[in-house]
Amino acid sequence: MEKPKIKSWPASLGLPVALAVLVAALSLARPNFLNLANLVNLVRQISINGILAVGVTYVLLTGGVDLSLGSVVALSGVAAACFAHPGQYPAIVPVAIGILAGAACGAANGLVVARGKVAPFIVTLGMMTAARGLALLVSGGRPVSNLAPGFTHIGSGNIAGVPEPILIFFFVALLSRVLLTNMRFGRYVYAVGGNENAALASGVPVRSVKMAAYTLCGALAGLAGVVLASRITTGQPNAGIGYELDAIAAVVIGGTSLNGGVGGVDGTILGALLMGVINNGLDLLNVSSYYQQVVKGLIIVGAVWLDRSKDR
Amino acid sequence: MSTVLQLDRISKSFGGILAVDDVSLTVQAGEIHAVTGENGAGKSTLMKIVAGMYRPDAGAVRFTGRRLAMIHQELLTFPDLTVAENICMGHEPSRWGWLDRPAMRREAAGLLARLGVSLNPSARMRHLSFAERQSVEIAKALGGHADLLIMDEPTSALSDREAELLFRIIGDLKQSGVAVIYISHRMAEIFRLADTITVLRDGRHIATRPAAELDEERLIALMVGRSLEPLGGLQKGVPGETVLEVSLPGIQFSLRAGEILGLAGLLGAGRSEAAAAVFGLVPTAGAHIRLAGRAVRIGSPAGALAHGIAMVTEDRKEYGFVPRMSVRENMTLSSLGRFAWGPVIRTRREAAAVEEQIRRFRVRAAGAGQAVRDLSGGNQQKIVIARALLTRPRVLILDEPTRGIDVGAKAEIYALIAGLAREGMAILLISSEMNEILSLSDRILVMREGAVSAELSPGRTTPEEILRYAMPN
Repeated sequence: MEKPKIKSWPASLGLPVALAVLVAALSLARPNFLNLANLVNLVRQISINGILAVGVTYVLLTGGVDLSLGSVVALSGVAAACFAHPGQYPAIVPVAIGILAGAACGAANGLVVARGKVAPFIVTLGMMTAARGLALLVSGGRPVSNLAPGFTHIGSGNIAGVPEPILIFFFVALLSRVLLTNMRFGRYVYAVGGNENAALASGVPVRSVKMAAYTLCGALAGLAGVVLASRITTGQPNAGIGYELDAIAAVVIGGTSLNGGVGGVDGTILGALLMGVINNGLDLLNVSSYYQQVVKGLIIVGAVWLDRSKDR
Repeated sequence: MSTVLQLDRISKSFGGILAVDDVSLTVQAGEIHAVTGENGAGKSTLMKIVAGMYRPDAGAVRFTGRRLAMIHQELLTFPDLTVAENICMGHEPSRWGWLDRPAMRREAAGLLARLGVSLNPSARMRHLSFAERQSVEIAKALGGHADLLIMDEPTSALSDREAELLFRIIGDLKQSGVAVIYISHRMAEIFRLADTITVLRDGRHIATRPAAELDEERLIALMVGRSLEPLGGLQKGVPGETVLEVSLPGIQFSLRAGEILGLAGLLGAGRSEAAAAVFGLVPTAGAHIRLAGRAVRIGSPAGALAHGIAMVTEDRKEYGFVPRMSVRENMTLSSLGRFAWGPVIRTRREAAAVEEQIRRFRVRAAGAGQAVRDLSGGNQQKIVIARALLTRPRVLILDEPTRGIDVGAKAEIYALIAGLAREGMAILLISSEMNEILSLSDRILVMREGAVSAELSPGRTTPEEILRYAMPN
């Protein structure tokens, strides 16, 4: 056998390089891009999309999809806010309620996907509508406001100078990375997405793995809902519309395959960062928000196109 | 004679490994050209380059015929279309742009009849067995009126009777000027069919000779670059206590520790279905299984593995491995619990076990991190077997364990099976190769149309007797 040749352009390098080029270009065009204040602001802006993207990474890796994220964000935000009025409960209670509400939605998705063998697209499309309806029901269609400072601190406070949403995103990403790369569950997620039949024949508990992936995704959407409600200091039943697509875009830009089995949290973090840098940069360059949407759309397709063209 | 295909210094590498290295080859019209070589010799890759599925890194393919058809080792069929639609794919009979379905069914039925296969042209591919799908694939290739036909292990899932019909058809095609590139590991087939034999080894061209100049021994020597021990003389185990008792509708058998029970029969006789029922892959009503005397219920492969029953499935691509996962991840997928501390995988322990298996099976891979989809069929099979063995099973079910595997690796797998029996493992061996069943088994069960038709002793039976019990009345 010949010595293995080293590929001239490692697959994992494309995204970091693109990100670096973008950052360099922006800092030349707008020197204030690299201000610490702007960078902190940038990461804070992406933290909610980042948490959602990390969550939906699990589901996409199993070969599924979750379209209900935006509605689940609204429902869990509203649910948390209902328990967050001043003098009611300590902040941990609404936080737990929000996460549990999200987890329950995710578990329902997972149950129907894994047991009922209904296509994830359909199941989560249904949940997208149903969860939005529940959010409106719970709140009576009005924003739930007058929240305790202990609760709103999560979205606006700092710990050691770092905004709390950033810390939450960081811990979620770190834990998910460990879960997916070092734990049996993570290995099973890749196996189920890579070849479900072979996973089954290998003794992988396929249904439980799917259940767990959707439940985790839902719980993280619940957490994102809590952070959002806390930051905007209201539980908004109309919040989060379209968030699922931004999250899926970040994951896919990060190299995770929509067919499952390939990708991971590292790419998702880079994908979320890239989207954040583009948003922030276009703002700094005073590009109209109409153009911003067009540019974002082109970048999503372009990034994935580049990624796939090196595959074959 | 005119040249149909000329390959000029073709090279192709995957993930840094050269699969095909500077190979040239010429095929004439009306010639049956056998391409042989061990696992990973580059045969399948070379053929995919000829068929245009891969682009070569270097070299040129000159195809001067009109149509080329290929029968793949890993079947490429459309599961939700019918048999007739699959066979006519790409050359559908039509009138004014509308599909002519009756003509389609007639054509399919005619081609299947020529192959001696009785299949309903309107059946969905999804509901067919692996072997039946292979027959459809062959019919499809025949139907295209190709002037070059590439057959990659076409008989691997066929019974002897069906293979015989295929050989006759290949003979007819040759008479009418069709060139055939024939890839097989079966010596008897190669010497019966081939005019010319090309040998590849480690991706390189070793020799091209007229078949008349070679015999089995010399061909094997060219393929492996060393001479091989003949099959037979395998020291097997001494059967001990009964480990497994199986009762399915029409099928009853027991299996003892250290025993190899061969399950013979034609395609669709229900052998794989019986194995799938025991392993819990297809939960079956009326299945009663006793392990070491205790009745157990097995509802899933996970349950079977927990009871110490492991299985190597027939359809390697569909049920065997996760293609984009690495050698390491595939090997330990069934036994992760052994390499984990609670939920956390102990990476070093896992890596050590995998390295040991790679050495034991002589897996040819760039390393434990290489994706299994980039390996040859034989090396993929070694990984599937290693995965089953890492669960330390008491009962091992092997469904066509040497399908599409070269002679060298076959001998290694035979020695391994015999060795496992000596260590006391109970083995259920399903195989369509008479030689394999006869030389490995302690007992042989013959199945016919979903039920056991005979129990034979390998020392006192013959291939003819087995076939007699296997043939439908």
